[in-house]
Amino acid sequence: MRNVRVSVVYLCALVSTLASAQDLASFEKRITLKVLNNGLTVLVCERPEAPVFSFFTHVDVGSDREYPGITGLAHMFEHMAFKGTDKIGTNNYGDEKGALERVEQAYQAYDRERRGEAKQDDKKVAELEKAWKDAIAEAQKYVVTDQFGEIVERRGGAGLNAFTSHEETGYFYSFPSNQVELWAYLESERFLHPVLREFYKERDVVHEERRLSESQPFGRLLEQFTAAAYTAHPYGQPVVGWSSDLESFSAVDAQNFYRKYYVPANMVVTLVGDVKASEVLPIVERYLGRLHAEPKPEPLRTVEPPQNSERIVILHETTQPIFIEGYHKPGALDKDDAIYDALQDLMSNGRTSRLHRSLVRDKKIAAVSGGFNGFPGGKYPNLFVFFAISTPGHTPEEIRDAIHSEIERVKTQDITDEELQMVKTRARADLIRQLGDNQGLAFQLGSAQSLYGDWRGLFRHVSDIEKVSKADIRRVANSNFVESNRTIAMMESTKLAQAPAAAKEGK
Amino acid sequence: MNPPRIGIVVYLAHLWLAFGSTAVRAQRADVATDWKEIQAPALHSFHPQPPKRIQLSNGMVIFLQEDHELPFIRGTARIRGGSRDEPAEKAGLVQIYGEVWRTGGTRGKTGDQLDDYLEAHAAKVETSGAHDSTSITWDCLKENLDDVFKVFLELLHEPEFREDKLPLAKNQLNTAISRRNDEPFQIAFREASKLVYGADSPYARVSEYATVAAVTRQDLVSWHKQYVHPNNVILGVVGDFDAAKMEARLREAFDFWRKGPAAPKNQVPFKGPKPGIYFVAKDDVTASTVQMIDLGTTRDNPDYYAIEVFNQFFGGGFSSRLFSNIRSKKGLAYAVGGGVGTEFDHPGILRLFLGTKSKTTAAAIDAFNEELNTLKTDPATTQELTKAKEAILNSFVFRFDSKEKVLNERLSYEFYGYPTDFLERYRAGIEKVTQQDVSRVAQKYIHKDRLAVLVVGKAADFDKPLSTYGPVTTIDVTIPPATGATSKP
Repeated sequence: MRNVRVSVVYLCALVSTLASAQDLASFEKRITLKVLNNGLTVLVCERPEAPVFSFFTHVDVGSDREYPGITGLAHMFEHMAFKGTDKIGTNNYGDEKGALERVEQAYQAYDRERRGEAKQDDKKVAELEKAWKDAIAEAQKYVVTDQFGEIVERRGGAGLNAFTSHEETGYFYSFPSNQVELWAYLESERFLHPVLREFYKERDVVHEERRLSESQPFGRLLEQFTAAAYTAHPYGQPVVGWSSDLESFSAVDAQNFYRKYYVPANMVVTLVGDVKASEVLPIVERYLGRLHAEPKPEPLRTVEPPQNSERIVILHETTQPIFIEGYHKPGALDKDDAIYDALQDLMSNGRTSRLHRSLVRDKKIAAVSGGFNGFPGGKYPNLFVFFAISTPGHTPEEIRDAIHSEIERVKTQDITDEELQMVKTRARADLIRQLGDNQGLAFQLGSAQSLYGDWRGLFRHVSDIEKVSKADIRRVANSNFVESNRTIAMMESTKLAQAPAAAKEGK
Repeated sequence: MNPPRIGIVVYLAHLWLAFGSTAVRAQRADVATDWKEIQAPALHSFHPQPPKRIQLSNGMVIFLQEDHELPFIRGTARIRGGSRDEPAEKAGLVQIYGEVWRTGGTRGKTGDQLDDYLEAHAAKVETSGAHDSTSITWDCLKENLDDVFKVFLELLHEPEFREDKLPLAKNQLNTAISRRNDEPFQIAFREASKLVYGADSPYARVSEYATVAAVTRQDLVSWHKQYVHPNNVILGVVGDFDAAKMEARLREAFDFWRKGPAAPKNQVPFKGPKPGIYFVAKDDVTASTVQMIDLGTTRDNPDYYAIEVFNQFFGGGFSSRLFSNIRSKKGLAYAVGGGVGTEFDHPGILRLFLGTKSKTTAAAIDAFNEELNTLKTDPATTQELTKAKEAILNSFVFRFDSKEKVLNERLSYEFYGYPTDFLERYRAGIEKVTQQDVSRVAQKYIHKDRLAVLVVGKAADFDKPLSTYGPVTTIDVTIPPATGATSKP
């Protein structure tokens, strides 16, 4: 929204070398934006390369809206959005509804008893648990398992999936272009009449998802690093949730979460492919216009307080070291964000990057090293992270020192003209490279629309990178890459997996 | 899992529904109240543009695919000969070759100089090694084609494999070796390949510190000399160019190139696993990884189409038997799947896999066994068959919805000697699959008593000891230390 005029002028220059299909005027012509009466934002980008389309439904909620007790709930609801509706996934919704209510009642009774403050009565807990499981078995009789996915797949859907991050939930797949109405029906019903059937089985599934990452040293390191870097802001919580919460929250909790955040004013739906805006918008309006208008949820209150001392986490593992460190910095809407993106490119992109040349090529202490902007998310003030995977025999301390001397270089010496030009050239080319794929384009446009309030933000960001100066880079490096603003997490080897005995030494 | 245009199959399947619900729709002009009411109009016809095939007199095959949407040009040369052809005592050679080919630079320029030029122009020229081939690719803005193509040619014809980049490549491999027991899924997939193909098979063996140390610069130079000949090369180019001009450019570049010896044919034998229970101890985990495995088959097998339908119904997608029964109904796993694996030129791996918390490890094995038993007593129903076929046929269009995908399919068929219309045959083949075919391939390829059952996990936390299922063979995955075989001449 800032600098619109400037960026349009810039964009015209940028795309002058491109084929006509990619000039800005053409992009403007191919994209239609409409905000429906209920507040839902719809973007349609016409790209008739093949008779298919992709969509991306962005919901402006992730684990950022969770608090102790319900961590993992945004992701849990994402899983539930595949469980069907009052018409999909059931053989008799009238009876199923009552059965699901009985599951909830039984669960509340059981959960209260087993987590009660007083000493539990084991026998009573077991009885209540059995009653709950019986109620689940009863409700299961009405379930037509996985019917939502089945419909999508039978009609030719591809890449059906969804994701949850620290700040958004996204749903997506691709369809042949003759299935627009079916898509609109499914996507609207899924958020208009979701039925949280098989909730507690799915909760187990989600817990298995957590175990995948906690069963790997790197997963454990990342979780501890993130938790250490944040004391107040929910970025510190794992998206997948803590185990205790995954074993406790209920379908009622998920329903409440959904009611609050799955409101049309909080959603952006993007369609890209062989679709004509004039034809699909009326369909989208008919179906998704039915979502009930509600006020957009109040913005998140908590802001991470300034860090005033270095934090260090050390994990002892039977594998080789890994080193990560992060520095707090402003969020993606801050005027300096493009500078950090330029820094990321300079430090990490390709074999010419500073960290590769220093740690990998010259010092040979790392197999991979990089730095990136926007961890664990972008919307709120976040971290700029540096990391390296060490080569055998090298310690996290060596890595730390090598990374710090590269940071020192950026602080004390201007980067070269060639480096700055390279960063800008690549930013431009990398953007254009992403424009040739329906699903990728839907992600890019939908995310930009929700983050910047305008899909053109995607292009504008590149023009912001174009404006970055050497002084800017030194300025942000000096103001943010300081010890008191730093969190380090490193993995140290308790015993390298060299000797036969090492296999016995689990933690 | 993803294929076709909305074909005739779906249209017929839903015709009666559409017909029956016309009255309902008429009353509610705006929205359907049931998904079954919504019939898809016929998908407009779509004829993906085939790439142009050129064969030079020296045997080199070239495919050109114009795509003017974005101002880029990409080329990929795939060269016969890969890690399955490297000596066992130098396992890792082709991976190192795939790295140093590019980083070691050309006669005239070091790899670092190439990096500086290419990165400044947002261009890439990369090389890599795989089981049956090595590759060199370029990707650039069309305005930089002249210079980037020159780099590509120099690397192809005059690579220098500078000695100083060898330790860097070896570092990468050694790092991977040192961390290869970090992830349970990675351990399971690696050990499963060894069980199925044999630990020494070129399709299963892994690099060790000693085999990496044994690779010399001369090995890389010799490899290049032995394999990089026009008659072993298939080049595909896609992007914003004029095919006639590109053809002239490529002819000028490659017509002179002299033929060399052909790469050897694949001679690797495949025998399948020894049935039984196998266990890898991993104590720092909360979940087990379970795989049941056997030898799969190849895609030129006439059973391929029935296998594809079987795989879709049994273990593919969001509504297959394994997904619905083990994940959705039992809540036992997040990652679960399986099917009869197929490859172009060697048998794939037949595999059922899942991850489950340690204390339901046996429950998960039981659940797999139950599914395998059910396959005998209750093979695919009519509805399951229809569902699987519709899923494959209706999403078929996603196999060729971009010009680059069309090109890549053609490149694969050319490389493996498959018919050029393999994709069209695939669609026709799937359409013909019957319920009997699916039952037949299930009986023919899946034998519960021939499977190797592999578990990676923390035995102390299991719900039942693995010995419940028979004698357990423990696999030691300890990484052999780097002693001894340090830098050889």
